[in-house]
Amino acid sequence: MSRIDAIRALLQASLDPQHLEIIDESERHRGHGGWKPGGGTHVRLVVVSEVFEGQNRVDRHRRINSLLDPLRAEGLHALSVTALTGKEWLKNNCITG
Amino acid sequence: MNDNAVAARIRQEITDNPVVLYMKGTPMFPQCGFSARVVQILSTLGVGFKGVDVLTDPSLRDGIKAFANWPTLPQLYVKGEFVGGCDIVSEMMESGELQTLLKDKGIAAKG
Repeated sequence: MSRIDAIRALLQASLDPQHLEIIDESERHRGHGGWKPGGGTHVRLVVVSEVFEGQNRVDRHRRINSLLDPLRAEGLHALSVTALTGKEWLKNNCITG
Repeated sequence: MNDNAVAARIRQEITDNPVVLYMKGTPMFPQCGFSARVVQILSTLGVGFKGVDVLTDPSLRDGIKAFANWPTLPQLYVKGEFVGGCDIVSEMMESGELQTLLKDKGIAAKG
C-alpha cells in the first residue's frame, strides 16, 4: 500500500470523513529535510468530519496526528492539515467561490 | 539533558518570554519553510518573540514534541500556552483570531 493509501485508510476508518483530500506535495520539498525519493514524505490534508464538532484546532490536529503516528516512523515527515466540520466546510467553500 | 530537565527548561522559557517560537533554524535564517512562514507572520504583526532553534539541541528537538504532545515543528507559545503549528497560526492570522489572541494577552500587534 502506498503512503497516501495508508493515510486514507487510517483516516477513513476513524473519522468517517464526508470529504477527504490527500495531496502529495513531496516534490515541492525535494532535497529538504525529511524528503526521500518516492513521495509520501510531505503531505497536505483536507479532512471534513463531524467528529471535529466542538473541538478546537489543536485538538483536531492532535487527533489526526495520533492516527497517523505509525506512519511517521516509516518516513511521513511533514503534514499540512485543514480540519473542518461539515458546516465550516460549507462556509469556507462559499467564501472562496 | 534528561527528559525532566528539558521539560523544565521549556517551561521556564515560555514563562520568562511572552512569545516563544520553537523552530528549525533562527528567525534570521529559518531552515524549514514552515518555520519561515510563522516567523514571517509574527514579523508582519510586529510581534517581538524569542526564536529557539531546536536543531542545535537534539534533546530539545525531541523534548518539545513530548512537551506539547505535538509531533511537528514549528510550535508557537504565547504567555506560556501552546497556540499551534504553522497551519493553525496561518489560519488564525487569516481569520484575525491571532491578532485578537495577542491583544487579549496584552501583546502589542499590528492589524
